[in-house]
Amino acid sequence: MVLWLIPLLPLIGAILPALLIRSGRDVCAGATGFVSLAALALLLSQAPAVFAGEVVSVSLPWVPQIQLSFSFMLDGLGFFFAAMILIIGLLVIVYARFYLDRADPMGRFYAYLLLFQGAMLGVVLSNNVILLLVFWELTSLTSFLLIGFWRHRADARQGARMALIVTGGGGLALIGGLLLLGNIAGSYEISEILARGDIIKASPFYLPALVLILIGAFTKSAQFPFHFWLPHAMAAPTPVSAYLHSATMVKAGIFLLARLWPALAGTEAWFLIVAPVGLATMVIGAWIANFRDDLKSLLAFSTVSHLGLVTMLLGLGTKMAAVAAVFHILNHATFKAALFLSAGIVDHEAGTRDVRRLGGLASLMPITATLAMLATASMAGVPFFNGFLSKEMMLEEAAHTTYAGMAWLFPVLATLGALLSVGYSARFAIRTFLGPVRHDYPHHPHDPPVGMWLPVALLIVPVLAIGLFPGAVAGGLVALTAGAVIGGPLPDYYLALWHGLTPALIMSAVAFAGGAMLFLTQERMDALRRRFPRPEAKALFEAGSSAVVLAARRATAWSHDGSLAFYFRVILAVLVATGVYAMATASHEAGTRAMIPVTLPALIAWLALVVACLATVMRHRDRLLALILTSVVGLIVALGFVQFSAPDLALTQVSVDVVTTILMLLALNLLPKTSPNEFSLPARWRDGAIAGVGGLGIGLLAYAVMTRDGASIADYFLAQSKPGGGGTNVVNVILVDFRGYDTFAEIIVLGIAAVAIFALLDPRLPAGALKRVRMLMPQEESGDVHPPMLVVAARALLPLALAVGVFIFLRGHNQPGGGFIAGLVVAIALMLQYVASGYRWVADRKRIDSQAMIGAGVGIAGLTGIAAWAFGKPFLTSTFGYFTLPVVGTFELASALLFDLGVFLTVVGVMVLSLAQLSRVGQSVDPLPTPEQPMDLPLDAAPLHPQPREA
Amino acid sequence: MEMLVASAIGLMTATGLFLILQGRSFPVIVGLTFLSYAVNAFLFAMGRLTINLPPIITPDAAYTDPLPQALVLTAIVISFGMTALIVVLGLRGFLETGSDRTDLSLAEAAKEPAAAPDSDPAGTPAGEATRA
Repeated sequence: MVLWLIPLLPLIGAILPALLIRSGRDVCAGATGFVSLAALALLLSQAPAVFAGEVVSVSLPWVPQIQLSFSFMLDGLGFFFAAMILIIGLLVIVYARFYLDRADPMGRFYAYLLLFQGAMLGVVLSNNVILLLVFWELTSLTSFLLIGFWRHRADARQGARMALIVTGGGGLALIGGLLLLGNIAGSYEISEILARGDIIKASPFYLPALVLILIGAFTKSAQFPFHFWLPHAMAAPTPVSAYLHSATMVKAGIFLLARLWPALAGTEAWFLIVAPVGLATMVIGAWIANFRDDLKSLLAFSTVSHLGLVTMLLGLGTKMAAVAAVFHILNHATFKAALFLSAGIVDHEAGTRDVRRLGGLASLMPITATLAMLATASMAGVPFFNGFLSKEMMLEEAAHTTYAGMAWLFPVLATLGALLSVGYSARFAIRTFLGPVRHDYPHHPHDPPVGMWLPVALLIVPVLAIGLFPGAVAGGLVALTAGAVIGGPLPDYYLALWHGLTPALIMSAVAFAGGAMLFLTQERMDALRRRFPRPEAKALFEAGSSAVVLAARRATAWSHDGSLAFYFRVILAVLVATGVYAMATASHEAGTRAMIPVTLPALIAWLALVVACLATVMRHRDRLLALILTSVVGLIVALGFVQFSAPDLALTQVSVDVVTTILMLLALNLLPKTSPNEFSLPARWRDGAIAGVGGLGIGLLAYAVMTRDGASIADYFLAQSKPGGGGTNVVNVILVDFRGYDTFAEIIVLGIAAVAIFALLDPRLPAGALKRVRMLMPQEESGDVHPPMLVVAARALLPLALAVGVFIFLRGHNQPGGGFIAGLVVAIALMLQYVASGYRWVADRKRIDSQAMIGAGVGIAGLTGIAAWAFGKPFLTSTFGYFTLPVVGTFELASALLFDLGVFLTVVGVMVLSLAQLSRVGQSVDPLPTPEQPMDLPLDAAPLHPQPREA
Repeated sequence: MEMLVASAIGLMTATGLFLILQGRSFPVIVGLTFLSYAVNAFLFAMGRLTINLPPIITPDAAYTDPLPQALVLTAIVISFGMTALIVVLGLRGFLETGSDRTDLSLAEAAKEPAAAPDSDPAGTPAGEATRA
């Protein structure tokens, strides 16, 4: 249980510094430290169990379908890394409190840092490869935020972007690799995978899985040839460099190699790939570090080199090499973090970290100088420091390694790596701290506050302690961790200072002598080096990414040219081509269903439709004509519904057609009245061809279906309509009862559309839009804006129409009709009042708000559905009964009627709201004063004074 | 009769498709109206054509298929809702921009790549902010 909290605590706690920064920087740093400390306490509470050899684990299913679970495990390796992450994290938090400038947003910094810490803990504690991937990506993202923390600096942004692209790209490869691995092993739990190493190594997918995983690990740990991102990531604030780029994130790749060591290592492929990559990285990184003037850049390449050393040890595949790797991870974390922090102090105090401008700092900042030089000694591998011990073990292992028949390769190159390492260490220490005191530092340097040097001092303690008493201080931890890496019995070894006169000692001696030579001849070597062309990784990377961006931009510009017609054309062309292919490859047999004979009225209607369609195509640029022709087609479709036994559809189609036409007329009033002729003749023929083939295909398909018999599921509805739904109009019963859920959702969609229309046509249009409306308003109004005959007819019709609406509504359950149609009829009657008497006249008299009506409609429908719960039935179950009233007699009442009432109200509200809103746009800028009561016929003979309009 | 209905559906589809390929919003909206007529009629036709057999329960007990009718009825109403919405969208767009084109103007399209940030390989922005 406690195990979950270890990674989750920093992730959740990240909110604390972001909030507490308002209470001051000390509170903020304190809260951050407290979170880390709490996580560390939780971790240590598990220490007794781990040291007793137990593997603590917890698991909670997350997405079981893809075998993703929140499972964590804590063994020696996880404990080792988690402790390193938390302890160094704490030191960095303290250090950063003093390092960050007053102007730096400290709350954000600590929030990112905690997020990163949590992600990193997740990586090292995950017991599920998919969960590990999630945390792995999270470390990439949070490190992006941390590297780019000084977002005003271009180099920080570029470094962050490069780190994200390289590690993120590696993460993609890793996803593939780990999924392959999980598939081979038959489980995504790491503990299971580790137990099935033999199956994995025998699988034909072993090599692809291995290569993909290695790409992920090598990019993360900056191994050659992916080493180039790490130095650029040094644009980050120094605490970030110390934390991410020496102690934690770059170790994630190495952690992965160590974690999967039992499952993957020990094969020929592993040795042939991993060991030389590590060796090459070690030598190349150390070589470049010798020629860097920036302290942090020097340390960055040194880190690359040391990571290569560890990778090489893991790549050797022997148990002894694995022990050495673990030991060196520990040692490197201590001395390198100390060195980064020291470099940060130098930068902070002297104002520069360029070795050419430094020197003689030992007497000015003695504490820092002492600490830094101790750490440097360890980095160089001087005896009595911990770096010496693990370096000796590395040399010892390299001495016994034969690669591809070359027994000399590994020993020589390993010695060369050690030699180069001595060279840059000497340069770092001597050029910075020794030599004469200068007087041209940007700031006058002195020792920093204790909060900055104390973390360094605390890191130096293990450097010395392990260096002097390796077995006593680190023996237990190394044995525990190495045991977890190897997953079996440990080799016979002991950590000690003196092993006798071994080959490794001789190699060390050579390295020291050579390193000293290199340091002394550094300038000549540099001049020599500059004569040869050196590939500049950053330029290559930027050129590559620019090319990709350019290609993507071209592709986007070509495929997304912003033209709707182009998109439609492409989509339609693809659809038509697919349809043509399907029709061409299928068999064609004539249907056997008996056809209905053609009647003369039907033929006439068909002809009218054909003419209307063709005329629309030919003359669509005259928009009013196109609109009229559209409604002709709609009417003929309605006639078709009448002909083919669909009275409900016919009623709906006719009334919707009326509403749609009014709506489009209102809109056309404010739009240009014609469309320009924009397309060339060939373009029109091309569009015509696409449309023609598409129409032909749909027609043929419809014909093919109609001439064949087919089974329908309608029998159930027909049989159950009366006994189950209490109505004889099956269509209506389906709508309000069987498929009530669909209808409920539909009226909600209608309501949303109406609200969107309301918002879009807010009468407070921007000034430019108002001007356009004014320009488009017809110049010539008819002499009689509100003709008396229309007004009289409309007002006389209103009660009649309402009565018809009620009638259609009530009978809808048994006869053609229902809420939809009744709603449309009533809405049309109301709209007619707008048309006849004007917007303002109606608006002044309207007592019910359209929005309220929509809300009431959806509400009533929903409540009817919920009411079924009260009777223990599912949502929207309907019931019905027979009631007897005097006069009226016995009649049937279904609860579905109430639901239909909701539909009715919604439809009325939506229709009226949409049209009223449209007419209001014109009204709001109408320059003509509207008479207060335009068409209350002059019975009272009141003079029609233009009165000032109410706002 | 089936032939007439099928050809009408095909013709309405073709008209609708032709109109949505035009470059202005109003023809596109009219085209969508045609398409919804065609689709509704097509869906309706999937229930096969019958004459004088409305799905109203009577003692005769022979009916057409009510299910496509129920589907089409809701489709008619909802296509009104959608038509109203795009009409208003098109109208508002025209009022805001003074154009009812359904593509980005060429000038805008030409401006786009240049305006994209971080396009220079060196990535050094012209006006680099000083540290606050």
